[in-house]
Amino acid sequence: MEINILIGGAAGQGMETIMNLLGKTLVREGFGLIYTKDYMSRVRGGHNFSRLRIAPGTPWSTVESVDILVALNEETYNLHRDNLTPSGRVIYDPQLFSIPENENRGIPVELQKLAEEAGGKVMANTVAVGALLVLIGLETPTVEELLKDTFAGKEGVAGKNITALKAGYDAAARFCSACFDLPPKNEDGKKLFIDGNQVLGMAAMSSGCRFLSAYPMTPSTGIMNYLAGKSPDYPVIVEQAEDEIAAINMALGASYTGVRSMTCTSGGGFSLMVEGVSLAGMIETPIVVVVAMRPGPATGLPTRTEQADLEFILHSGHGEFPRAVLSATSHEDAFYRLNKAFELADRYQTPIFFLSDQNFADTHRSVEPYDFSRLGYNRQLAEEGSLEKPYQRYRITDNGISPRALPGQFENEVVLVDSDEHDEKGNIIEDAATRRAMVEKRMRKLDSLAEEMDEPDLYGDPHPEVLLIGWGSTYGVIREAVDALIALGTKTAMLHFSDLWPLPQKRLRSLLAEVENSYCVENNAGGQLSALIRRESGLSIGGLILKYDGRPFLSREIVEEVQDDL
Amino acid sequence: MTCKAEHYIIGETAWCPGCGNFAIREALAGALAEHCLESHQVLLVSGIGQAAKIPHYIRVNGFNGLHGRALSPAVGARVANHNLKVIVESGDGDSYGEGGNHFIHNIRRNPDIAHFVHDNQVYGLTKGQASPTSDPGMVTGVQVEGVTVSPLNPLSLALVMGAGFVARCFSGEKEHLKETMKEAINFSGYALIDILQPCPSFNKVNTRGWYKKRVYFPEIEDPRDWSAAMDLSRQWGEQIPLGIFYNNPHRTFEESRAALEGEPLSFRPFDPQEMSGLQEEFL
Ligand SMILES: Cc1ncc(C[n+]2csc(CCOP(=O)(O)OP(=O)(O)O)c2C)c(N)n1
Ligand code: SF4
Ligand SMILES: [Mg+2]
Repeated sequence: MEINILIGGAAGQGMETIMNLLGKTLVREGFGLIYTKDYMSRVRGGHNFSRLRIAPGTPWSTVESVDILVALNEETYNLHRDNLTPSGRVIYDPQLFSIPENENRGIPVELQKLAEEAGGKVMANTVAVGALLVLIGLETPTVEELLKDTFAGKEGVAGKNITALKAGYDAAARFCSACFDLPPKNEDGKKLFIDGNQVLGMAAMSSGCRFLSAYPMTPSTGIMNYLAGKSPDYPVIVEQAEDEIAAINMALGASYTGVRSMTCTSGGGFSLMVEGVSLAGMIETPIVVVVAMRPGPATGLPTRTEQADLEFILHSGHGEFPRAVLSATSHEDAFYRLNKAFELADRYQTPIFFLSDQNFADTHRSVEPYDFSRLGYNRQLAEEGSLEKPYQRYRITDNGISPRALPGQFENEVVLVDSDEHDEKGNIIEDAATRRAMVEKRMRKLDSLAEEMDEPDLYGDPHPEVLLIGWGSTYGVIREAVDALIALGTKTAMLHFSDLWPLPQKRLRSLLAEVENSYCVENNAGGQLSALIRRESGLSIGGLILKYDGRPFLSREIVEEVQDDL
Repeated sequence: MTCKAEHYIIGETAWCPGCGNFAIREALAGALAEHCLESHQVLLVSGIGQAAKIPHYIRVNGFNGLHGRALSPAVGARVANHNLKVIVESGDGDSYGEGGNHFIHNIRRNPDIAHFVHDNQVYGLTKGQASPTSDPGMVTGVQVEGVTVSPLNPLSLALVMGAGFVARCFSGEKEHLKETMKEAINFSGYALIDILQPCPSFNKVNTRGWYKKRVYFPEIEDPRDWSAAMDLSRQWGEQIPLGIFYNNPHRTFEESRAALEGEPLSFRPFDPQEMSGLQEEFL
């Protein structure tokens, strides 16, 4: 029992408004859902669409089949009509195009005309929401409430939208009312309706990040927007840098001086940052770098998804220094994991990477409210009582971590950092012995850093014949593929990495010893996790299930590839 | 704290004998002493080059970062702790070449930073290639036919971009340099001093004598007269004017951000649990 809705049109037609309104309404009503976007890198025109899947619990991925198609233009109808289920219906504006007579699944709603009658063409989207509501058997009050919230202080606008909503509702009601069955509601309390970038933005704010310097780049920009939106009310500064080089260097300056800092970008922007990454490693200054991946090389497919920058991030920055690489696997987990990135950065005084991608960044899901008491804010700064004077920024210690003081923190003590090789005080040196000692000090941090990595998540059959290995945003879709394969009688499990470097290997080693058929499922062409596993553990993964057309996996595709191979 | 210039001078330098960098360091130490700024209250940020080694030779907080990237961490530092006096000191190659984009955009940003450029019109550390300010015709190991590109005029560029404090000094006029540094440090906003500095090792054209013969102190009647400043900034050749050409503060980066009012961000307490209200908008 589930409903799949697809809304499509040209860029600028406002699919997002419809989905946000509908999605939030459904979540407030208690339904579990996921909403994904497929959009082009343009501001007007082209073909953009969004999918909304309402299913029991909280669905993990969207599917191809469509129960309700909202075609804001004819192209959308032509492109997606073949995916309509036998009982599928199409909401369209008969003033824009018509559906052949023999197709009785059309629900003509004069979106524009009704909107104009309600007070303006811009409200065509609200008319569409009204039509959708009646099809799935919901009443209008929750949306009305939302519209009032959205347009608080602008009663007139809210009122007109409500008129538009009801007009859409009434128009569609003439054709079909509650002709789709909603799944059961979740009874376990309120849920959030939130997308990946918002999860990361909120996690950064709640981790005490007080400075974000970045240069806009899809699909990371939502994080910037989120923090900037908070800056008038919270002690956080968002600075749009002149380029990504400035972005990371500014963040490092702020971090050195004492605030939790981060930068966010996508692959191309990250290419400009790598010298700064190396600087962070050398001056041992904490920084969190969020890289929201999109397909490359170069400008690639700006608004689409890929997982092809793992190798790049692992090796970014010249020279040798410790780093950790974490990834966004699900909305549930990413909130806490980005906090972990900040905690690790402060503890190990080295760059920590957080890999996201368009698929995660732009996807909304309904999730349990977060438990803020699970978040850490341990700055690990030197304290007056234990400070050895004169202070030395790079004091050699057993675990390689030097007490970190801030400029201005202690009377008459200075903090000197240097991108040249340096001695304990931070002064430039060139002698071999000090160089050796400093390299070893920095690299020693890796030993304890490796202990901090979480083992990959194991899901599915406890004694699998098939093991699907993944990382990052494919968590949900692989999970659904596992369920599907189990339902088809194949004992399947998933091993999913959120912490990628230093690569945790215990679970991997024990499982690979037992399982006959293992596959790495990756949104790239090279099988980068598979290569990493081989390099680090000497273990070979049996097969690769790869997708690199810029689109996220469908669980069906994974299931079929496994079945074909077995 | 005694506020003596000697207090700030530390370290054995890697500079060549006769280099203008020594006088610049002394002027800076003098300026810090006369403002009686304590070592922990000052942050000196630099990039890479001979000039950029200065954080090792002055006892204050130091961030010796990447080539061309001195201004960016300095801005970050101002965000984190606006109680620190932040001074950026670097070479002409670092500031105007590799760091040109940051130079332009930080004038727009107008953070409260004093930027002292050791302008020896050459790349010292990498052994004598042309810098953005090298005079046309200068022959180097790379510019074997002489420099053919036109020089970048940092002062005119700064004025065009709207910098509030624009000055030129000469390392051979140490007292004037110190006084100008003091003003730049106290100036509210981005303050640029382009400091002419002989490099006896690699710049055989613009020698100490060459500068000495040309520099003069023009009468500057109104330091808020932008056109007069522009005229001075364009004088080069037989006569090279020194002084604060322009001094006209405007709203700083820090003043325009509400979050920077009050205690520095670095020292404000934080508790993640107090942030749980953030999720309400998603309910
Ligand atoms: C990214 C990068 N490119 C090149 C260099 C090499 N390099 C170091 S200093 C320098 C030029 C220094 O010239 P300037 O800034 O004028 O300083 P000076 O030595 O003259 O004081 C160059 C090219 C570097 N360190 N980093
Ligand atoms: S190379 Fe030139 S600028 Fe550098 S220290 Fe030597 S003389 Fe001074
Ligand atoms: Mg130079």
